[in-house]
Amino acid sequence: MSRLRRTMLYVPGNNPGMIRDVHIYGADAIMLDLEDSVSLNEKDAARMLVYNSLKTFDYGKTEVVVRVNGLNTPFGRDDLEAIVRAKPDTIRLPKTETPEDVKEADELISQIEQKIGMKHGTVKMMAAIESALGVINAYQIGIASKRLTGIAIGAEDFVTDLKTTRSLDGIELLTARSQILFAARAAGIDALDTVFSDINDEAGFTNEVKLIKQLGFDGKSIINPRQIEIVHRIFTPTEAEVKKSTRIIEAIKEAESKGSGVISLNGKMIDKPIVERARRVLQLADAAKIFVK
Amino acid sequence: MKIHDVGMAGTLESSDITIHIEDNEGKGIEIGLKSTVENQFGNQIRKVIYETLQELEVKDALVCATDKGALDCTIRSRVMTAVNRACQSNTYPWEAK
Amino acid sequence: MLNGIGREIPEEITGLGKLRSYRKNITNGQAKSTQRSRERQRNPDNNKIVGSLEAAIKEAGLTDGMTISFHHHFRNGDHVVNMVLDTIAKMGIKDLVLAPSSLTDVHAPIINHIKNGVIRRIETSGLRGDLAQAISNGLMDIPVVINSHGGRARAIVSGELPIDVAFLGVPSCDAYGNANGYSRENNAACACGSLGYAKVDAQHAKKVVLITDNLVEYPNVPFGIPESQVDYIVVVDSIGDPKGIMSGATRYTSNPKDLLIAKQAAEVIEASGYFEDGFSLQTGSGGASLATTRFLRDKMIAGNIKASFALGGITGQIVELHEEGLIRRLLDVQSFDLKAVESLKNNRFHHQIDAGYYANPDNEGCAANQLDVVVLSALEIDLDFNVNVITGSDGVIRGASGGHCDTAAGASASIIVAPLIRGRMPSILEHVNTVITPGHTVDVLVTDQGIAVNPLRKDLYDNLKSAKLPVFSIEELKAKADRIVGKPEPIKVENKIVGIVKYRDGSVIDLIHQVKKEL
Repeated sequence: MSRLRRTMLYVPGNNPGMIRDVHIYGADAIMLDLEDSVSLNEKDAARMLVYNSLKTFDYGKTEVVVRVNGLNTPFGRDDLEAIVRAKPDTIRLPKTETPEDVKEADELISQIEQKIGMKHGTVKMMAAIESALGVINAYQIGIASKRLTGIAIGAEDFVTDLKTTRSLDGIELLTARSQILFAARAAGIDALDTVFSDINDEAGFTNEVKLIKQLGFDGKSIINPRQIEIVHRIFTPTEAEVKKSTRIIEAIKEAESKGSGVISLNGKMIDKPIVERARRVLQLADAAKIFVK
Repeated sequence: MKIHDVGMAGTLESSDITIHIEDNEGKGIEIGLKSTVENQFGNQIRKVIYETLQELEVKDALVCATDKGALDCTIRSRVMTAVNRACQSNTYPWEAK
Repeated sequence: MLNGIGREIPEEITGLGKLRSYRKNITNGQAKSTQRSRERQRNPDNNKIVGSLEAAIKEAGLTDGMTISFHHHFRNGDHVVNMVLDTIAKMGIKDLVLAPSSLTDVHAPIINHIKNGVIRRIETSGLRGDLAQAISNGLMDIPVVINSHGGRARAIVSGELPIDVAFLGVPSCDAYGNANGYSRENNAACACGSLGYAKVDAQHAKKVVLITDNLVEYPNVPFGIPESQVDYIVVVDSIGDPKGIMSGATRYTSNPKDLLIAKQAAEVIEASGYFEDGFSLQTGSGGASLATTRFLRDKMIAGNIKASFALGGITGQIVELHEEGLIRRLLDVQSFDLKAVESLKNNRFHHQIDAGYYANPDNEGCAANQLDVVVLSALEIDLDFNVNVITGSDGVIRGASGGHCDTAAGASASIIVAPLIRGRMPSILEHVNTVITPGHTVDVLVTDQGIAVNPLRKDLYDNLKSAKLPVFSIEELKAKADRIVGKPEPIKVENKIVGIVKYRDGSVIDLIHQVKKEL
């Protein structure tokens, strides 16, 4: 079962004070950014800092993601050369528009892995889709590489591409969100939502999280530790969901012990998607520290 | 590596260190440090700066550092970046031999 | 023998001894004046008001070598200490023992008084700023004595620290000395709320001089200091700077790390076994310590748990919980913001208490001893759970003992909140630089990266572990920090002792040494 990515806490890559503490707030993933939060004349400094930080700090069970600059910028290549060597869990590609973007990065990462004797495929990838073309190509992007474990929507650049602005109810993002979600599910990978920048608007943030959870997203990028608890709370399964899932898992164990190939509960057949959902519910419950017997 | 120009890296934010580096004309490595934790970590900070310069094979350098509680990995990073900027190169730790 | 009204009174009665006969007009207690009371109050012959500070000092009989005291309710807005010392210095009085309840940054001018021999030694709860730096660098021949709030009260009440003259700044005062930290009628410019620390001095000092900038009509009711304890009153233009005394309202911290620690501390309280209806609580006045109440509030509402009382330095945040009905009573020894002052003024169950009531260990019923939970901060804590709140990582004095050791000892569960690392300095050391609070009274340490429980408290350990809180040994937490920051070199000190730290019972728990100057 894939790891949880309910929250991905974002830190600017040139800020040593934030980098050293980013993992203490309990986000499922942290993202050290070399791209938009780092000014052009500090790209080299951020790269070096993130490289050395990754080699030093023990981030425990938290997934470590690094957002590199695009390969079409003067920085992307150097970013990958440095960062892959520091062994993050996942590299996040910004502004992905075509499957070729993904393949190019995949190829470069493979070369570096080979150069340093790392097992091929160790470093995973995530693609951020931030334009209309990217949304249209979302499925192709999602299946473009075995390394790719998730696609995300980056709303700020996306709405600019659409020639509109962000609103609180997010209607302008509705289709994009849905498309990315379809693509992710069809490709069998995670779907992640975009940043909500107004850290003081707790109500607006809560609504957005509820929306994307209902749509089916696996998680959300966040920019302030305060947002973590809200997301985790909304992603916490209800007692009823936990009970039901527990019974399903028990039914499976019972069927396995009897050597039966058919699993049934309350007279209904349980097939694979239901099993996976039950497992996911229990995984979420465990992460929320609900005691499951 | 030989330092040509002045190279600077880092900020005055908490947990960071500014490194200002220039050539020292054959006089070896000189480090001037101002730190909020001089008593407890002054020697360690100087050691890290020195060792990083050695790793990059910099023989002569005049270093001016203002530290606000940076950890060793940050000090290393800022020194490397400052040296690269001073030499207009892009040398990486795994390349420096 | 006939007395002054013509009654026959024997000179002596067996069993009672000699009798002193009544004499008209010159016997004590005959105070008949025909002036209206209003005029009487203004008549300098009939009130306690003295024309100047100098006159008050003279009348109080202050001479070389005596002990003088002040309170610190005006915090960084205090004018009184500097004003009085300047006058004393001008009068040529020397070798005094300065025994304020605490000193802050604004008291830097004391350095000169020390250099000029006006002050011979100091006894205080805390020192800050330039004065603290100078003393840490060896300014004084006799070491400073550091007392906790409860310890100071104990020393004064028991006579161990006898005060010759107390100079107490009071925000409202009438012509006979009924004084208070606020006024119910006009708005005292320098309102400070509770006069908890001053009350002890007023009760026990040999002479009490009140200094006010707000003279009001007799009787000034309610009063924190009754006129019966007061000898002289001096009216001045300003006793303090309101902005330096207090803010309008204390804000909860927005620092995410402090909030994380506070949230954890609230979880610890909930799981501790002491979180039940009627529990009692004290927190610090800011940072993670105060923010704990924010998270605790939600748990109190969810569990329908109300606190019987909150104690200590009272802030607007605590007042809000009281007004919401979540805390039944407030015992206030020091009011931290205007909201707290307003509450003391208006809320029937918000009460002013003195420092002895608060924390004198000789008083078994002292409020600090009635606490279930206290949440305190720390600069340093060591593997034995000893806590330092007074000297910084460079060995310089920059804080106060305060009520730390009093409440840690008095509370059933004492919780210390601190970030694992501050900048590059680890909070957990092998040995703290200065012990203020001994480890056996410290129960739980809550950091942003884990919780440690004192091995002496197996009950708390079991409770927190059952609640699945991230409990580690304190050695493990220290190792975590050491891996990140490396090993700090020990502070270099000289042999000279610049301070002795007394525990709340008056015994000496630690010493402060002069810091070595880097060349």
